[in-house]
Amino acid sequence: MKLKGPYDVIYANSRPYWHDALEYIGGLDKNIVALTADLSRSVATEKFRKAYPDRFFNVGIAEQNMIGLAAGLALNGKIPYCCSFAPFLTMRALEQFRTDVCYMNLNVRMIGGYGGIVAAGPTHAGLEDAGIIRGIANATVVCPSDVSMVKKMYEASVRYEGPMYIRMWQGSKESDLYDEDYTLEIGKAIEAREGGDATIISFGAIMREAVVASNSLAEEGIRTGILDMHTLKPIDKEAILKAAKRTGRIVTLEDHSLFNGLGSAVAEVLMDAGVSCRLKRLGIPDVYPVYGDNQKLFAKYGYDSGAIIAAVKDML
Amino acid sequence: MADKRLVSMLEEKTYEYRKVILELCHKHGGLHIGGDYSCAEILVTLYNHTLNIDPDNPCWEDRDRFLLSKGHGGAGLYCVMAQKGYFDITELMATYKGHETRFGMHPCKNVYKDLDSSTGSLGHGMPIANGLALSARMDGRKYRVFCLVGDGELMEGSNWEAAAVAAAFKLGNITVIVDYNRLSLDGFTDEIVSLSPMADKWRAFNWNVIEMDGNNLEEVVDTFDNLTPADSKVPTVIIAHTVKGKGVSFMENTAVFHHSKVTDEQYEKALAELKKNYGKGAEEV
Repeated sequence: MKLKGPYDVIYANSRPYWHDALEYIGGLDKNIVALTADLSRSVATEKFRKAYPDRFFNVGIAEQNMIGLAAGLALNGKIPYCCSFAPFLTMRALEQFRTDVCYMNLNVRMIGGYGGIVAAGPTHAGLEDAGIIRGIANATVVCPSDVSMVKKMYEASVRYEGPMYIRMWQGSKESDLYDEDYTLEIGKAIEAREGGDATIISFGAIMREAVVASNSLAEEGIRTGILDMHTLKPIDKEAILKAAKRTGRIVTLEDHSLFNGLGSAVAEVLMDAGVSCRLKRLGIPDVYPVYGDNQKLFAKYGYDSGAIIAAVKDML
Repeated sequence: MADKRLVSMLEEKTYEYRKVILELCHKHGGLHIGGDYSCAEILVTLYNHTLNIDPDNPCWEDRDRFLLSKGHGGAGLYCVMAQKGYFDITELMATYKGHETRFGMHPCKNVYKDLDSSTGSLGHGMPIANGLALSARMDGRKYRVFCLVGDGELMEGSNWEAAAVAAAFKLGNITVIVDYNRLSLDGFTDEIVSLSPMADKWRAFNWNVIEMDGNNLEEVVDTFDNLTPADSKVPTVIIAHTVKGKGVSFMENTAVFHHSKVTDEQYEKALAELKKNYGKGAEEV
């Protein structure tokens, strides 16, 4: 897989892409319904609403109610896409998602904006969201890693059976990662770059930091592979074990709590398989991040490109 | 006025229901008998008279939907579904709460597909009912959605989110029934967190409010027979004034029998009371 570069722009403003993607899939299946809890503009349901007004509902500022209502719709064959911010969906409405949606294995999709550190601060930030949903039986957890993957992910979700949490991120500038087209398969990681010295596994827009680090390490003759783990659950065990056996050194990178996120999932796979390798997990430590410039905060909390470079060198 | 033969038939079913619940409670180490008894007349009337359902075609798309939001009343729901002919009651008597049963404490659609939804966690039924009712409207289907909630359960805020949405979305195809037995697990609801005045709360949420004696079969039948049309624009709530543990003197109005076992002695005493109160030739109760 060919990657674009150089990556001085770290953050991708994905919102226009969500708008387009939701409107696009609305045309693929008349059972698709978009719901929002009074965040239409923030979580990009406006284009869908204009295209399919009879299949759009604003349930008001009531996320629990939105997910319960979505379960009722799904029981009758609809495919609801519930759009809000990550913490409101995965914490306030968690019990509805777990007990009404996942328990009955219904085709409900939660689209959670603001995964990771965001300008609005910790109240609105999905710091633990993916990890919370990862613990729920029947739930699938995905996160596009760049703007061009958004549409692919939404499209893949339409025919996917069972409940799904689609994690999104905030951004300020456009960028995308891949320089060639590819087929996205939920549950199958993308080997974005091959490299024999170490493997960086990441998910979400923070993957750009992995590319920056990898490019920089390459200049010093250190070859790092990059694995795009866009599906956190069910995680691609085969890809992880292959990387571990090949390089013996893994760095995980996530704009998410270090607890129960990607790094934890990778560690579980390695332990369960009895595969021994060096592993460094990078992500949000046991803190509520302060307000500030995102790029500086990634560095402050130890999960920017510099931290990756240091981690890889430490393992060599 | 409710047809006398219909009421007589429902009386027999209600007697049978109470005996089945008592038997299950005695045999299987306890259940939520107080709440099963308070909503006996409601469940029996819905399943044996009101609901437009077909046990031979349980997933019929145009069937009325029923959600037992007070999912701890699972035994009561199973009992009336057996009465309606969904399955043989002997399976319930033999397997209730048993290993890998279809009939657990709270209704589970994964193992018993004929249910309209799994329930059990309080405050979840009404939002799901809204989704079922909304999809009926989207698809031009005429069925009704009935949702039975407990009054204690209404302390959960999610119900009131759903109440606001049902009214805002004009979901007149929803009928919520409040089993207003005034007791929750810990005691009298008015002494814990009072929701009185109950009817005014629903009126303030722009619902059509009906009150009835929920343990009086004639009133229950009359109320269900005279609902506003399913295509109306206003959701209906029936506030059913009921007695927790109704039918057995030592269970009535006690929090202990929210969930309880019965001793052999209590079982015999309760059975005798049920016979006296509901058996053939029983006095009007």
